[in-house]
Amino acid sequence: MKDGASTGSARTEFGLASTTLDVRTEYLLRLGDDALVLGQRLGEWCGHGPVLEVDISLANLALDLIGQATLLLGEAGDGDALAFHRDVLDFRNCLLVEQPNGDFAQTIARHLLYTTWQHLLLQRLTQSSDKFLSEFAHKAVKEVAYHRELAADWTIRLGDGTDESARRMAEGLDWNWRFVPELFEVDETLQAAIDAGIAPDPREVEEEYRSAIAAVLFEAQLEAPADQRPILGGRRGHHSEHLGHLLAVMQFLPRTYPDATW
Amino acid sequence: MNDWPLWEVFVRAKGGLSHRHVGSVHAPDAELALAHARDTYTRRLEGVSLWVVPSAEIVASDPDQAGELFEPAESKIYRHPTFYDIPDEVKHI
Repeated sequence: MKDGASTGSARTEFGLASTTLDVRTEYLLRLGDDALVLGQRLGEWCGHGPVLEVDISLANLALDLIGQATLLLGEAGDGDALAFHRDVLDFRNCLLVEQPNGDFAQTIARHLLYTTWQHLLLQRLTQSSDKFLSEFAHKAVKEVAYHRELAADWTIRLGDGTDESARRMAEGLDWNWRFVPELFEVDETLQAAIDAGIAPDPREVEEEYRSAIAAVLFEAQLEAPADQRPILGGRRGHHSEHLGHLLAVMQFLPRTYPDATW
Repeated sequence: MNDWPLWEVFVRAKGGLSHRHVGSVHAPDAELALAHARDTYTRRLEGVSLWVVPSAEIVASDPDQAGELFEPAESKIYRHPTFYDIPDEVKHI
């Protein structure tokens, strides 16, 4: 597979500062692409929620994330161009957020696993030496605290619900579980961002993350899935086939009609 | 999920004002009723505090009794404190 990091020739069209991405821009893209892709995924529920209240609730979560992506990608370069005109290999999101919605339980499982991590990370990102990232984290951490709480509430209710809801919740966790290790992977780029004081080290929150998830699963009367072979590579542009389909839907209009305006 | 109970939602717009009824949501329990109320009724900065009350717990007057309950008050305008002369020296009334 072609390595996304080497496809720098078209970078300037996205308003990025240079063809070789600096560590800060790379980190902004990772956080921004996580928010963009998960926001788009949750947006797919709009009009399809199990009940009206949940439909509105999921759309709210999606809008929070799209708002975060707007800030982060706008800081990295031309936010709209980055969102709508970049190819799949240049996306830097983790594999967890691009996983398909499945049923409501699978969506909740993904959200629990991601936003618990995101919340712990943002709490530390408030201390970033980078002024933008610190201010961003102060704003976003409150939104994400609610996301984490809501995902935990639903996990508990579905796990400790009917036989069917418990089975679906367990299957949803099982689907997403193999993408958790990537959240704590530190490659050269992230290590450089950590050394520069821009980014927190995710490994420092792994234990807290594991026990937080275990506490929710305990209350939900669910077993943690057995650890599976971890799947890595999203941060380097090696994505599952699901992301291509998501981008096709999201990017179709601006790519077909580049001059379209509201 | 169609058997979720209904909850009445009350929002306090800002400190010092009373909670006002704004509508209702379906939810399986009180905690999620608050979450649904938050997501449905306070997305545009409408409030600083929320109440949710099970709709089944609301005791309502019987519309058929409207005559005996409310009409007697119609002929008692003296119950409005508008028949007093307020001295000029008294402020803030």
